[in-house]
Amino acid sequence: MDYDIAIIGAGVTGSAIARELSKYALKICVIEAHSDVCEGTSKANSGIVHAGFDAYPGSLKAKLNSKGAKKMEAMSQELDFPFRRNGAMVVAFSEEEISKLEKLAEQSIENRVGELKIISGDEARELEPALSEDIVAALLIEQSGIVCPFNMTIAFAENAVTNGVEFKLNSRVTDVKIEDSGYILTIDYDPPAYFKNRQKKGFSHDSYDNSQDTRQKLSATMVINAAGVYGDLIHNQVVRQIAGAGKEDILEEITPRRGEYCLCDHEYGTFVQRTIFQVPTELGKGVLVTPTVHWNLMIGPNAVDIDDKGDNITTAEGLEEVLKKGAKSLKEMPAKNKIITSFAGIRAHRPADDFLIEEINGAPGFIDVIGIESPGLSCAPAMGEYVAEIVARSASEHNLFRMDRKPEWNGKRKGFTALWDAAPEERDKMVRENPSYGQMICRCEKVSKGEIEEAINRPLGATTLDGLKRRVRTGAGRCQEGFCTPKLLEILAENLDCTVEDITKSGGKSFVLSETFPGNTEETMTLGNLSRGTEEVRGNEEI
Amino acid sequence: MKKYRVDIAVIGGGPAGLAAAVSAHEQGIRPSKILIVERDNVLGGILNQCIHNGFGLHIFKEELTGPEYAHRYIDMVEASDINLLLDTMVLNIDAGSGVHGTPYKIYATSMKDGVIEISAKAVILAMGCRERSRGALNIPGTRPAGIYTAGTAQRLVNIEGKMPGKDIVILGSGDIGLIMARRLTFEGAKVHCVAEIQPKSGGLQRNIVQCLEDFNIPLLLSHTVTEIHGKDRVEGVTITQVDENLNPIDGTAEYRYCDTLLLSVGLIPENEVSKTAEVKILDSTGGPEVDEKSETSRRGIFACGNVVHVHDLVDHVTEQAYAAGRSAAEYVKNYRDF
Repeated sequence: MDYDIAIIGAGVTGSAIARELSKYALKICVIEAHSDVCEGTSKANSGIVHAGFDAYPGSLKAKLNSKGAKKMEAMSQELDFPFRRNGAMVVAFSEEEISKLEKLAEQSIENRVGELKIISGDEARELEPALSEDIVAALLIEQSGIVCPFNMTIAFAENAVTNGVEFKLNSRVTDVKIEDSGYILTIDYDPPAYFKNRQKKGFSHDSYDNSQDTRQKLSATMVINAAGVYGDLIHNQVVRQIAGAGKEDILEEITPRRGEYCLCDHEYGTFVQRTIFQVPTELGKGVLVTPTVHWNLMIGPNAVDIDDKGDNITTAEGLEEVLKKGAKSLKEMPAKNKIITSFAGIRAHRPADDFLIEEINGAPGFIDVIGIESPGLSCAPAMGEYVAEIVARSASEHNLFRMDRKPEWNGKRKGFTALWDAAPEERDKMVRENPSYGQMICRCEKVSKGEIEEAINRPLGATTLDGLKRRVRTGAGRCQEGFCTPKLLEILAENLDCTVEDITKSGGKSFVLSETFPGNTEETMTLGNLSRGTEEVRGNEEI
Repeated sequence: MKKYRVDIAVIGGGPAGLAAAVSAHEQGIRPSKILIVERDNVLGGILNQCIHNGFGLHIFKEELTGPEYAHRYIDMVEASDINLLLDTMVLNIDAGSGVHGTPYKIYATSMKDGVIEISAKAVILAMGCRERSRGALNIPGTRPAGIYTAGTAQRLVNIEGKMPGKDIVILGSGDIGLIMARRLTFEGAKVHCVAEIQPKSGGLQRNIVQCLEDFNIPLLLSHTVTEIHGKDRVEGVTITQVDENLNPIDGTAEYRYCDTLLLSVGLIPENEVSKTAEVKILDSTGGPEVDEKSETSRRGIFACGNVVHVHDLVDHVTEQAYAAGRSAAEYVKNYRDF
């Protein structure tokens, strides 16, 4: 077998599991279809660390949520990702909704979240002056928090890499076959364009090195299915191979449920302190208004069940719905021109409305971790341990492998350098150590060249514009990459040892530039390189 | 930390900052007491990428290109020995400074000097403006590569020598969009159309004639982009006609093939630094409130050019900057240290 464990999917769930399992002396790989970790559900959600009061008591969601939320603080320190316990409110607009708040408060005790207080509308407005006059009461949840979903996922993944886990990016699992002693996975590998002209070697991102082999197979004793919205397809493929299984009963179905969001300018970063929920419905927690850890204001999501698992478009109706529903909670909405971007994410919803985390009966060593929708992010810190227990049980029951702790395991990770709010003295010191910290590339979010280069050259570093945005926030500000795109392309090309034409927005064929300057191919490209060369020399002279 | 003490700190080395510095010097402020802080590695600002002609008709009575226009002032600045800090980005102006006769404290950063503290009796804000992005329009659809503001595309083509795409649709008929329609056509791209949501273009008439009509590029008035298509790269856009309230009219949606969408939908004064100094910003313009002397709500902080409001012509920017330079010089002359 090539690997003891193959994890399918490098979202927050797959990455958290990989990091936990990296504690053991096992050969592990994570297989990800996209060009980066955190490209599916994990990248487009509310970023809320739910306290855990609203999950149905006794459900897996409830169990893992309260555990995960309680671990979040320690985890955010150990892995150095942004987390803020900003508190939350569920607001009620009628007597009927107050009774729902009471029910949620009861549920909170049942879910071991703790006692929650119901306050009057006036008390709520005193705490949050932006709240609507129509609010008659609110459930106050001090335990609730906000997290950077990108940085959390990347932190798990980076730390897993540091501890020996291999990440295979741009690799889509197309087939899983049950074999005598494990599983054979067939992978469609899409080599990224920046490999084409690569001279240097040995980048941490090059899991397949310079392989151009697009069809690959690998074998693993155990497989963990953390494939997000595609988890049902993989589950069903395995189930259909189990001889004599009452197959139809155990087929899975995941409904892609789209949610759209609007993100507002930093001007509104302290518009509300807490996350403002409305009373939940069957379709989810409803439209919330929340600050983000990076001091933007976010409004969303709606919930629309769709057919296409990849259809994360925004729609005019959807964005309108989000703004209209969000407005209900507030006295006054931010002006429309204060919205800097909108996006949509897709939740992996199971009709059973709970996570499915277990070994498939009849497929020893095949473990599903599917249907991870909200509060999946909150659960992530507890997810690893929970799955590791199942892995250990399965490994010993089927005599697959031993789980020995690695003495050299190191759970600490240093987060990305972020100087945007650094004191002048601190920034001065940093620039003296590395002058690139003094070259400002992204004006809006104040990101220097040094911070960008670090994000590219770390384990599992950024290779795309979106990868940079998620790691160090280049282009995440109000100009939305207007000024910094040309510079980012150059820095990526320089560090990845390729041409700017090879750089993509988010992997695949999402090329940022047209391949060549029309009508004048070779020469223009040489000219471009030359002019870059001279700039570099000139820069050095000035120093 | 490196420290500078000057009479006048000019933030931004584009047309506004250059003219303001030259003007202050002409009013008798010593060049060694004037400092221009510029974030790029050259002076001239956005004019450097505006390689088309038509600049300077009012002031110089001739048609200059952007870089030529900029150089008229760059030459004056260089001849006068006014201090320059290039590749240096201003981070903030200490909001607590500049009161009771103390100088303003400006913090900036560069590769060479780390963090720099600049003490200045007067400050001239000349940071220019930025472009409105897709987010501000909230255009629904996918989020692929291939969506640029017109100015970004202009920089790519004119400075970097790179093509953003080959089949272009332009949303908005602002001047940069019109100029880029012609520029991209010159470079071999196919500009399919320019869609403008208003019943009338906001661009200069001469640009509509010279950049669109001369090249048979259709200008679709009362039309807008209502959806962006394409997973990885833009594959097309939906263009829809709008009614007098700018709402899309049912049944008029049309799919247009393209690999690139350029946005030329307005400019916004860039006042992040002004805000750190707690200068009063007007909602109506997005720029600081200024009096007839170009002074902002804070004594000794002046503003000029597109940072105040967006100007159609660079000559107007220059005129306003001269006034701001004069006012700042006058302020410095009457300045009393306590």
